[in-house]
Amino acid sequence: MSYTSQLRELIKKVEQTREKRLGNEFPRMTPEEKEDVLSNYHPDHIEEQFRDAKIGPNKGDKFPHELCDVIEAHPSIDWEQFDTSKIDYDVDVLVVGGGGAGASASLLAHEAGADVLLTTKLRFGDANTVMAQGGIQAADKSNDSPATHYLDVIGGGHYSNVPELVRALVSDGPYVIDWLEDLGVMFDKEEDGTMQTRHGGGTSRKRMHSARDYTGAEIMRTLRDEVLCRDINVIEFSPVVELLLDKEGKAAGAVLYNFETQEYQVVKAKTVIITTGGLGRLHTQNFPTSNHYGATADGLVLAYRAGADLAFMNTVQYHPTGASYPEQIEGFLITEKVRGLGATPLNIDGEQFVYHLETRDVEASAIIRECAKGKGIKTPSGMQGVWLDSPMIEKIHGEGTIEKELPAMVRQFARFGVDITKDPILVYPTLHYQNGGILINDRCESSVDNLYVAGEASGGVHGRNRLMGNSLLDILVLGKRAGKNAAEKAKEIDNEKSELTLEHVKNFVNELEEQGIEKTKTSPILIPDYTKREEN
Amino acid sequence: MGKKYSVPSSLTIMKAFEYAGYTLLRGCGCRAGFCGACSTVYRLGGNHELKVGLACQTKVEDDMYLTQIPFYPYHKVQYDIEKLQSDGDQVVEIFPEITKCLGCNSCSNVCPQDLKVMKYISHAIRGEISKAADESFDCLMCGLCTSKCPANIVHYKVGLLCRRLHGKYIAPKAKHVEERINEIGNGEFEKELDELMNASKEELADRYNNREIEK
Repeated sequence: MSYTSQLRELIKKVEQTREKRLGNEFPRMTPEEKEDVLSNYHPDHIEEQFRDAKIGPNKGDKFPHELCDVIEAHPSIDWEQFDTSKIDYDVDVLVVGGGGAGASASLLAHEAGADVLLTTKLRFGDANTVMAQGGIQAADKSNDSPATHYLDVIGGGHYSNVPELVRALVSDGPYVIDWLEDLGVMFDKEEDGTMQTRHGGGTSRKRMHSARDYTGAEIMRTLRDEVLCRDINVIEFSPVVELLLDKEGKAAGAVLYNFETQEYQVVKAKTVIITTGGLGRLHTQNFPTSNHYGATADGLVLAYRAGADLAFMNTVQYHPTGASYPEQIEGFLITEKVRGLGATPLNIDGEQFVYHLETRDVEASAIIRECAKGKGIKTPSGMQGVWLDSPMIEKIHGEGTIEKELPAMVRQFARFGVDITKDPILVYPTLHYQNGGILINDRCESSVDNLYVAGEASGGVHGRNRLMGNSLLDILVLGKRAGKNAAEKAKEIDNEKSELTLEHVKNFVNELEEQGIEKTKTSPILIPDYTKREEN
Repeated sequence: MGKKYSVPSSLTIMKAFEYAGYTLLRGCGCRAGFCGACSTVYRLGGNHELKVGLACQTKVEDDMYLTQIPFYPYHKVQYDIEKLQSDGDQVVEIFPEITKCLGCNSCSNVCPQDLKVMKYISHAIRGEISKAADESFDCLMCGLCTSKCPANIVHYKVGLLCRRLHGKYIAPKAKHVEERINEIGNGEFEKELDELMNASKEELADRYNNREIEK
């Protein structure tokens, strides 16, 4: 579906102002202006979209309604009848989740000598990691430093980030790039090997490393290949539906559910690593999402029932540029690299209204504000959006740049008849990232003994807002740390005689009943239900 | 499926499945054309040609008769990347079947990414690892090429090996990364990071708002 004649008319206004905008940089917002647009337009600030958690370690904390719904649901297994004594797998380290954090945790745990089992709900590697397009940050150039990176991360996160986690992120960053290079990841480089790096929103140095706009896919397929080249047991289509603890309340295994045979299996493990990703598919505040199908907050549910603390769950990241046209790709991510290359957001009159590389929360809020002012563009399906002037990239960097730097984007739009090298893109914020998660320390330990967490399921490193390229970095920095630490810890544990229990689930159900929460819903939900959504 | 459904013409195959009431457990991942999990085979009424596409990226058409295929089975060759060579024979040694390529181009014809699959296999046969790496770069590893190959080649795995060999052995190393690692290892940034970790929110905000931004 190419642009309609009405939209074509509006595109002319964009074209008319293009020459004038070229070379005229729109001013960045002052700290006060940022505060103003965030508090008035960011979805995190709409109080009625949140409620107090009724039970569990974070009782009384504000969570999005959609998260409360899965946290305050009943377990999906019949815990009273469930036999935990019949062990199907007995391993040192159990990794739950098959994205970038799970793969890197498995590799490091394996390297440390552990017997590793990785289990995942979908196919190994089909996770948010493959969808990360734009890049991975790391402070490895001479004009940059871990401290400069630290300041960008903590400023972007509004000074709420857990400092020790930020330090881990920026200090391990260059090691991660080196590790990936050594595994054979094809980064965009100059002929002498120098990494091609660009800005992302909120970065003070060009430290975004990329592999065209398939950065996450390139990293994921390499890590997956490496896992498959080693003796790491991988089980696909088998989500974890409950964690198992030992008598002392320490993590000691999990219950797997075979999607196809509908059978349960018991895994006994010395340590467990949760790398299940975030909550995008819960569609908080009814936003479309850029997330993969499996992002239904499962890890949060499991860990919360086992007693782990969550952090920053009252903040969700809405990526400023999700596609709002054509209809088939509504909510899909338009990578921030498009703005990094110089594409700017414009209103219905073809005027810029915000600097194009503000942090994501500020940029998204400014777009929501512009549409609220009536300066947005209505799409035929009833969505709204603003223009992202992609052809500007060719004006700045020369013809052919888009094809070379953004092949995935070009292809995605071309499939539906839109040529982004010639026409601008219609965009509106899309639910992109869970800023919070299960609280960890810099060893990736949660508040439950022997339970480790890495990647988007963990919380604290990004504070209340994550910068582009720090997620691919965090899944690898923390994934590696989690794998290494969980394997080292496993060596100290003798679990031969320990018994696996679901006592914590019983206690959780008791709490639910005390709060009068009836068994109308179960969780983790594993698969989002779109059959009902279509009927609505 | 064996049933007829009428769905809105704007839907992709994936959304049409859901519209018709199906919940997807397999053949579904990122839903955005990156993970390659949703390979679908279809025919259009009156047309003999078997077509393929990704369910999340292909729009429904009238008289579409379709099925999703499970991920195509492949033989996973295990190797230790540390012990490989980046010379001409390495890829053939690991995937000897590539030399049996018949040149039928079926692989390229089914690629949902429009890659020149046969071309990169030819590069691999000739030991042109970097060319094969570059040509195969946009591969989603959906496996459709392999489903069609009369020579039983697992093209997407060949491309992956070439990319890893190029990335690890042929592309020049980034010297600045190595230098930075040495600096971090020597503790050169510890003091400044200590200061930042102990700074008050006001000090941090002051430094952040006045930081120098590279042009």
